[in-house]
Amino acid sequence: MQKELKKILVLGSGALKIGESGEFDYSGSQALKALHEEGLFTILINPNVATVQTSEGIADHIYYLPITPEFVERVIEKERPDGIMLAFGGQTALNCGVALHERGILEKYDVQVVGTPVQAIINTEDRELFADMMKEIGVKTAQSEAVSSIEDALKVVSEIGYPVIVRAAYTLGGLGSGFCSNDEELRRLAASAFSYSPQILIEKSLKGWKEIEYEVVRDKYDNCITVCNMENFDPLGIHTGESVVVAPSQTLSDHEYHMLREIAIKIARRVGIVGECNVQYALDPNSDDYRVIELNARLSRSSALASKATGYPLAFVAAKLGLGYGLDEIQNSVTKCTSAFFEPALDYVVCKIPRWDLGKFDGVSKLIGSSMKSVGEIMSIGRTFEEAIQKGLRMVGQGLHGFVANTVKVPDLEYELNNPTDKRLPAIELAFDQGYTIEQLHEITKIDNWFLFRLQNIYRVKLELAAYDSLEAVPEALLREAKQMGYSDYQIGKLVIKDETMKPHDKSQMVREVRKSLGIVPVVKQIDTMAGEYPAQTNYLYITYNGARSDIDFACDGKSVIVLGSGAYRIGSSVEFDWCGVAAIKKIQEMGLRAIMINYNPETVSTDYDICDRLFFDELTLERVLDICDMEQPKGVIVSTGGQIPNNLALLLDRQGINILGTSATSIDIAEDRQKFSQMCDRLGIDQPRWKELTKMEEIYDFVAEVGLPVMIRPSYVLSGAAMRVVENMDELENALKNAAVVSQEHPVVVTEFLQRAKEVEIDAVAQRGEIKCYAISEHIEYAGVHSGDATVVFPAQKLYFETIRRIKRTARAIAQALNISGPFNIQFLAKDNELRVIECNLRASRSFPFVSKITKFNFIGMATEIMLGKEVEPFGKSFADIDYVGIKSSQFSFARLLKADPILGVDMASTGEVACIGDNYSEALLKSMLSVGHRVPSKDKGILISSGAARSKVELLDAARELQAAGYRLYATGGTAAFLAQNGVESTVLHWPDSQSKPNVIDSIRNHEIDLVINIPKNSTPRELQNGYQIRRAAIDYNVPLITNARLASAFISAFCRHELADLEIKHWAEYK
Amino acid sequence: MKKARLILQDGSEFEGYSFGAEHSVAGELCFYTAMTGYPESLTDPSYRGQILVPTYPMIGNYGVPADEKVDGISRFFESEKIWCQALIISDYSEQFSHWDSARSLGTWLKQQDVPGICGIDTRVLTQKLRDNGAMLGKIVFEGEDVEMADPNRRNLVAEVSTKEIRTYGNGSKKVLMVDCGMKNNILRCLLKYDVTVKRVPWDYDFRGEEYDGLFISNGPGDPSICTETIEHIRWALQQDKPIMGICLGNQLMAIAAGAKTYKLKYGHRGHNVPVRKVGTHSCLITSQNHGFAIDDKTLPAEWEPMFVNLNDGTNEGVRHRTKPFFSAQFHPEASSGPVDSMLLFNEYVKSL
Repeated sequence: MQKELKKILVLGSGALKIGESGEFDYSGSQALKALHEEGLFTILINPNVATVQTSEGIADHIYYLPITPEFVERVIEKERPDGIMLAFGGQTALNCGVALHERGILEKYDVQVVGTPVQAIINTEDRELFADMMKEIGVKTAQSEAVSSIEDALKVVSEIGYPVIVRAAYTLGGLGSGFCSNDEELRRLAASAFSYSPQILIEKSLKGWKEIEYEVVRDKYDNCITVCNMENFDPLGIHTGESVVVAPSQTLSDHEYHMLREIAIKIARRVGIVGECNVQYALDPNSDDYRVIELNARLSRSSALASKATGYPLAFVAAKLGLGYGLDEIQNSVTKCTSAFFEPALDYVVCKIPRWDLGKFDGVSKLIGSSMKSVGEIMSIGRTFEEAIQKGLRMVGQGLHGFVANTVKVPDLEYELNNPTDKRLPAIELAFDQGYTIEQLHEITKIDNWFLFRLQNIYRVKLELAAYDSLEAVPEALLREAKQMGYSDYQIGKLVIKDETMKPHDKSQMVREVRKSLGIVPVVKQIDTMAGEYPAQTNYLYITYNGARSDIDFACDGKSVIVLGSGAYRIGSSVEFDWCGVAAIKKIQEMGLRAIMINYNPETVSTDYDICDRLFFDELTLERVLDICDMEQPKGVIVSTGGQIPNNLALLLDRQGINILGTSATSIDIAEDRQKFSQMCDRLGIDQPRWKELTKMEEIYDFVAEVGLPVMIRPSYVLSGAAMRVVENMDELENALKNAAVVSQEHPVVVTEFLQRAKEVEIDAVAQRGEIKCYAISEHIEYAGVHSGDATVVFPAQKLYFETIRRIKRTARAIAQALNISGPFNIQFLAKDNELRVIECNLRASRSFPFVSKITKFNFIGMATEIMLGKEVEPFGKSFADIDYVGIKSSQFSFARLLKADPILGVDMASTGEVACIGDNYSEALLKSMLSVGHRVPSKDKGILISSGAARSKVELLDAARELQAAGYRLYATGGTAAFLAQNGVESTVLHWPDSQSKPNVIDSIRNHEIDLVINIPKNSTPRELQNGYQIRRAAIDYNVPLITNARLASAFISAFCRHELADLEIKHWAEYK
Repeated sequence: MKKARLILQDGSEFEGYSFGAEHSVAGELCFYTAMTGYPESLTDPSYRGQILVPTYPMIGNYGVPADEKVDGISRFFESEKIWCQALIISDYSEQFSHWDSARSLGTWLKQQDVPGICGIDTRVLTQKLRDNGAMLGKIVFEGEDVEMADPNRRNLVAEVSTKEIRTYGNGSKKVLMVDCGMKNNILRCLLKYDVTVKRVPWDYDFRGEEYDGLFISNGPGDPSICTETIEHIRWALQQDKPIMGICLGNQLMAIAAGAKTYKLKYGHRGHNVPVRKVGTHSCLITSQNHGFAIDDKTLPAEWEPMFVNLNDGTNEGVRHRTKPFFSAQFHPEASSGPVDSMLLFNEYVKSL
């Protein structure tokens, strides 16, 4: 008998990381909405302060605490919930839930798991148990068999058939692995593999098979549906998170579609899912043979995608099913007149394309394969594949204009096609250029011919367009066909207009005018889950040229306000801007206006059609925003809550006569343009670090001689792909710029004076007509040199001089006034000995707006939106100096996913997510915050390694080392550090450098888990030291030992855990901090 | 590609391009929402007389399989030919990709002399049919006009039903199959069991036959036209031998029992239609293709609704309260569509 549930605990997923991104904010928010609708009391644990789900009004009690069994147990002890939901916070929540179950905590406090039972989850997580279960119901899995002799290997193959993959067990990096197609190859490879390992794994090779996914929903009455199936464009071997994915499947016959659907349902029934699960298959492209690859017994990235692809709110429905409803008892939230027991029929196609940011990391391989490296994704919608894929390639935001008309260089085409990277699609275009046939391309890439045919259609139209020299000459039918194939005005302009002197932007505008005069304009279609079968009042929309008429009419009454979203999650622009967008929407609606969202990121809450009055799931390009403005005739457009993408559109939209709400586009341009901004600062008497934009090496040497080393250099990113960095000596400078092409007239390098040991301080503020109405000043724990997105941020600032604060306010006021700011803005400062310099100013919401809004409990975006909509506001009266607690924001890194990347922090951002925790004091907040991003208090049975780099950081770490010694920790150190510590009365065990043959060696100690925290402060000096440092850092990441590479952060963390026992940390929810 | 016009009963026109046979035709327009299964749908005799409009925009992706036979039954198709009048789609895939495909959809349509038109906004068309109800329409090629024609006035069942008696399988129980436009998968489903199926024309008088069970197949059009079949079923209802019906078979059984049927506004055609077994929480996703339905209120006392449509509450099946007679409005044989309800064949065979 199910006990009555009144109070439910929901676990979030914490910081965004590779493989666990914003999709869980969406699923958690949906689940909480479902619980709220039932009148249940909800408790949420999630330290991710930038999420929508941790905002006011979503859950009753919100805990910004680590999602670990220890902390969750203490919340359970305090709150005594009746039920717990584990399926909405990704693998983090699931693992934590399984641990709570295994430790008997759920039983002890009589907390019932709502939804799929824990044992069912365990059965699916354990490969062996899962395979056995599948065998029992006659379902084939991609299971490997372990053998210890060549004879046994041959026996296994006689059952599963060639080709097979052979892997040596217990080795790293694929040593001794390979493919075999016959007995002879198997004998040879097995013999070699046995020399590495006593056991080898034999697995049927499914290389080149299709990869297909189904999203299955099951209720307690055993009713099942599959909401969506999806087909990967990329063949098996490329992780589904790294693949282009389409929905619904395109190349499956009815028999295959329903065969796999039936199996998915059979599996969900056998496992005992109550809620949602995802089943992944490999399907033979030459028969209907299949294998189940895996099952996720929880909401996933794919389920978020499926929800957006179909309009079926999987997370919401799953939550209701967990509470005991049947599918037939839940309403279809789109049609409002049918039930949730149905399968969406799509009359469009969606494409998901991943977004990578691998250029930000040193040393990482750009190959895409079986592990996930992408940091975000987009979803594009069209009525043909051509339309969807071209839209999608633009949405990814990495310089592509679609499938054609790009300027991507692929040095070795054959290699690229064989070894795919994020450039594989442009590579296919180049291959068409070089005359590759579909058969050849399929042979190399194993991408299904159908997709290649469709890409070839786009390519054919490119050739046809390029044959004309003027727009007037292009036949109307061809122009229309091009638009129907997803060509942007930019692509058409580039292909047709050959005049090199004309700016690309002007060409696009010309195309726009010509096609509008011919009546070639797009239409708006609804996503209604039923392919038009039933009337639906849905506000979920996309734009297509493959249609004769729009589904909806527009009021054009000047009451619509368009909010531009933030696009794909990427390093530097993530869930925080989703929060900002949603906050703006809420305020617009509160003010009685219609909120229109444009965004295309399926992992967000802002693309939930429930959130706004109208959702255009479409491109954030000038062309598309203008199309929508043409239809909506809005009151205006908000460009300041979606990060850099909308910010960059401000001036262009303004020039087309679109009303930019808030700060003027001209002011935004001044802040964005380095030269203009510096001139303004000079005029206002505001200091900036000295900088110059230089085009010749000689000029660079001269400038460096003037300002002195170190300097920060920022090469033209598009060209070199090289990251921004700080160089400390001439060798480094030359190394960084050694590729002569990096510096040229067209691609200048910006060189900036770099202040050492300077504090970095930020102000987040909102102004009305140049007058600041609210502000928050926060400081970084790390000295300047660590990107503000990677730094640990403290608010309210705890350690600033009053004089510094006064100067910050004065400078911010002067800038706000000079730019006549009306809306959100952020300024970053360097502060050293009360000297203040402005590094950067953004006339938009910054990454830290949700953080400061939640710590102050005052919604900065709410106020900014009121101002942008013309309401007079009163200044926020509370002084932040009076806040009786501290909030600390920490960054989450995903280095473990990025094989070989150097886990080092610099002036370019590397973190993929963040958390913030609140404490009654600085060290308590820091400790909670660090524990939330994967750090742990080191065990006293193990040791702490200090490898402290330069003399200065050695000194910086000395007090912390003393604290550790006093607290009874065992210290290990590399040679120089150990000597320094000894001189200062701190004992440590010397560990030898990785490249030395001497024992004990630092790598052995990390590998053997004798060390539970690695502090390695990088030192820019000899290549040998660099190499050793890299190996230590990488070993820490690869063996899952927490790593800190900044001396100030390490010291702060060490004092925090030396001062606080975990058990003494306050367990308080957000509202309890007053 | 040659241009062609689609003209509807209400005078509205759409222009598209031909990818099938190039001649003008008339029929009743109906949309279906399935995303897969065009080879199966096109060969489904229930679509006789209709101009099909799939709502999914890209059609032809996986080509069309070859005309192979297994045990005298087409391996891939639901009958021996395409029955509908024409196919109207948004985007046509001339290039196709699938291991079992032998030709493109356009080639097949041409071989079967059936027109196919692409480049039409099928969503707009669907909305029109949804709002106005089923409509007559015609596809017109330059210089070749045709009259509008209402297929429901014709005896479509007589047009599609088998002309000869055939026997399939060699099992111990004998099933008498009244072919009103039977889909092959009904045969394939039955032949998995220990049965012999004797397939007879729609108006075949089986009252003197020996059989263990009667089966009334699916078929096109208005059930009330099949008076002979209804009369024969009325006799069978007086007996005690198990009877199962599908789609048109469901309607015929109800009429024979004394109930009435009516034409739905625009019918149910797709793979995602939810039904619930009356009196339970047990729900099924079903494949459907029908334009008429049983009026539940007219069911005689010894009969009861067996399944109900979750979307609009219409009848999805009936059963006799005491005798082994039941029928489904949906297609448990699937093909195309979901196979959730296939177990009904099991129930039927068990009752033999």
